[in-house]
Amino acid sequence: MSLIQEARTREGGLAARGAVSQPAAWSVTEHPWAWALAALLLIMPLIANGFFLIEIFGTTLILGTIALSLMFLAGYGGMVSLMQLTIAGFAGYMVAVFGVSGNANISLGWPWWLATPTALVLAMLFGTLGGALAVRTEGIYTIMITLAIGAAFYYFTNQNWAIFNGHTGINTIATPHVLGINWRTDIAFYYLILAVAALCYFAVLYLSRAPFGLALQGVRDNPRRMAALGFNVNANRIAAYAFAALIAGLGGVLQVWNYRQISPGSVAVERCIDILIVAVVGGITRPVGAYIGAFIFVILRTFALDFLVKVGLDGNRFRLLIGLGFLVIVLFSSDGVIGLYERWRKRGQAGGARSRPGGHGHG
Amino acid sequence: MRRVGFAVVTALLLSGTAAFAQEKIKVGVTATLEGTYTVLGEDGMRGHVTALNVLGKKVGDKELEFVVASTDATPDSAVRAVRKLIEQDKVQILLSPLSGDEGIAVKNFAKTHPELTFVNAASGAQETTYVDPAPNFFRFNMDGAQWQVGLGKYAYETKGYRKIATVGEDYSFIYTQVFGLALEFCGLGGKISSRQWVPLGTKDFASVIAALPDDVDAIYLGLGGADAVNFLNQYQQAGGKAHLMGGSIMIDQTILSSKGNAKNALIGTIAASGQADTWEDPRWQKFVKAYQDSFPPEKRFPSPSLLATNYYDSTMALILALREVNGDLSDNQSKLKAALAKIEIDAPNGKIKLDSNRQAIGTNFVTEVVDDGKGALFSKVVKVIPDVNQTLGYDAATFAKIGLPSRTVPECKKY
Repeated sequence: MSLIQEARTREGGLAARGAVSQPAAWSVTEHPWAWALAALLLIMPLIANGFFLIEIFGTTLILGTIALSLMFLAGYGGMVSLMQLTIAGFAGYMVAVFGVSGNANISLGWPWWLATPTALVLAMLFGTLGGALAVRTEGIYTIMITLAIGAAFYYFTNQNWAIFNGHTGINTIATPHVLGINWRTDIAFYYLILAVAALCYFAVLYLSRAPFGLALQGVRDNPRRMAALGFNVNANRIAAYAFAALIAGLGGVLQVWNYRQISPGSVAVERCIDILIVAVVGGITRPVGAYIGAFIFVILRTFALDFLVKVGLDGNRFRLLIGLGFLVIVLFSSDGVIGLYERWRKRGQAGGARSRPGGHGHG
Repeated sequence: MRRVGFAVVTALLLSGTAAFAQEKIKVGVTATLEGTYTVLGEDGMRGHVTALNVLGKKVGDKELEFVVASTDATPDSAVRAVRKLIEQDKVQILLSPLSGDEGIAVKNFAKTHPELTFVNAASGAQETTYVDPAPNFFRFNMDGAQWQVGLGKYAYETKGYRKIATVGEDYSFIYTQVFGLALEFCGLGGKISSRQWVPLGTKDFASVIAALPDDVDAIYLGLGGADAVNFLNQYQQAGGKAHLMGGSIMIDQTILSSKGNAKNALIGTIAASGQADTWEDPRWQKFVKAYQDSFPPEKRFPSPSLLATNYYDSTMALILALREVNGDLSDNQSKLKAALAKIEIDAPNGKIKLDSNRQAIGTNFVTEVVDDGKGALFSKVVKVIPDVNQTLGYDAATFAKIGLPSRTVPECKKY
């Protein structure tokens, strides 16, 4: 928890200063890197082939979007929810169940424009209910209760054959064809993912400064004071869960279109923890951290085995390499890669005054 | 910017390999090198390497290059691995996957790449080749039900078992195994009083063991890998003494060679599988020797497991078919596919040919576990049954009426 506490402290400081330096947010000169990255992401299909486009960048954006929902809850709401992947998986399963798949005995065969919104609404409902349970707890207990929901869902899908088709899962899930475009072809799908990811990213950015987001951050820092000011603290938190569930659900729908297949392995407890790793490695103080973490995660997961074999080591130990990579990042920066970047940027500033914005108490 | 640099470097690497690789045929291999079935995946890869040692990697003037990817027995890990092999490593042929549900997912995935060829490595769910098979997916091992042929009859007639209970992992391959057992055993008049299903990767079997009925003649175990070892340890601690029957990955070197003495509960257990450790056939003996020569004793089992044999057979079928067409992969590999469909291989565990669904027709073995006197356990041949097909000797219509293997199918009756 100390990690979260510290992240909160720092974020509190950022938000306070952010209010002053707001106006220049979208100028090219102020943020050359952000604009370059955006341009790069837009022309990515010219640079990368199918594998890098979808398996690396597409997957990064999908995973990042799911992690973004956790970042939103943890960074702005102070609630670490381990069920975000479960919500994503639930949305994916619902797309498979209501839409068209190879398991005709289960799938209802609705067209995608009906199945997808249904799945998203149900995912939001699921997230809201889970959130309503979780907001009764604080800190480590929130983690535990959301992990319990994730684990229960995993075992349920594993053993339920009527809806979730057990361990086999649901195969050959149909993907949308709209306006004469097959949206699962690499380039179209990449832009679809990019659009959804950008939408979610800017929605979170916007919300963090909108009254709702500010209230949420107030609730995070001092729930008692917010309650005294007349805010309904629990309703605020539950609303945050609902919004995060929508983001996670969108990620889940993209995920299931990506693989055209979903099975309990996709919602296993380890996968839930992967999302936490992604968010923590990237840094949970800023939305972009989720995507940076996802990129590092996907690169390590994809290439660790090849790398070990290439340098002549036993490829079976690739999980060790992944673990070491994460350990190094978290060891050197308790708020992930974002924190490293912040420090590197401040390095040049006068006097090396790196004093942290300091210890205000919170609930 | 890191991304650009990365993409550029990779593009260079890719173009570099393309320039030198015109004489290579790239084959992607997946095995369960993670999770519950790690031991099975590792031995599968030993079988694969043994085949390469025996047959060589040359096809005409081309050389085979193999790229390995790891899975964890879940369907999504298999699809991810296969996609990586195809899209990143640009493999032209797949030797995949190992486990039942992986097979169903990969078969479905194979349909999205009709130009490539998929040779199943070891997976044995019935659905893979029986329901809506993919025209480019070939399976040279029998399915779980075929691997149980002979066991029900032996248990009923020779051992005199009348009533049994089953414990199995809750997924397609084990359903298929129990399917094969139940059809034969119940067809003769035997009864299955309870079927318990445990999730793959179960560690605590206490409640399962407590729920085992006392009034049965034998308990059938359809477990594999770490699950099987955990069950045996806990069963022994609980003082279990019942007669046991085993599925094809339960009575297998992956379990019989496990450390500790819990495995001794298996001595005398009857089982059925696509192989028997002590078969006298010279081709089998030659294969065992090749396997033993390929690896030092501490890095292998005393005798190859079913997975090693399956990987050996699939690799062998692929290499022989490739040689038949002289490595010609033109025209969407149509020559290779035609060759695979009609090839008949003289595998170590008996002749194998494919039916019209590209599913193996092969030889099955009923076995009994024996101690070799030095503490090592082996499966001894009791009966060899040649030419086992996917419908287990039923005509197609009757077989279709039974339904697909699941927790409750087939019913325990004569069909």
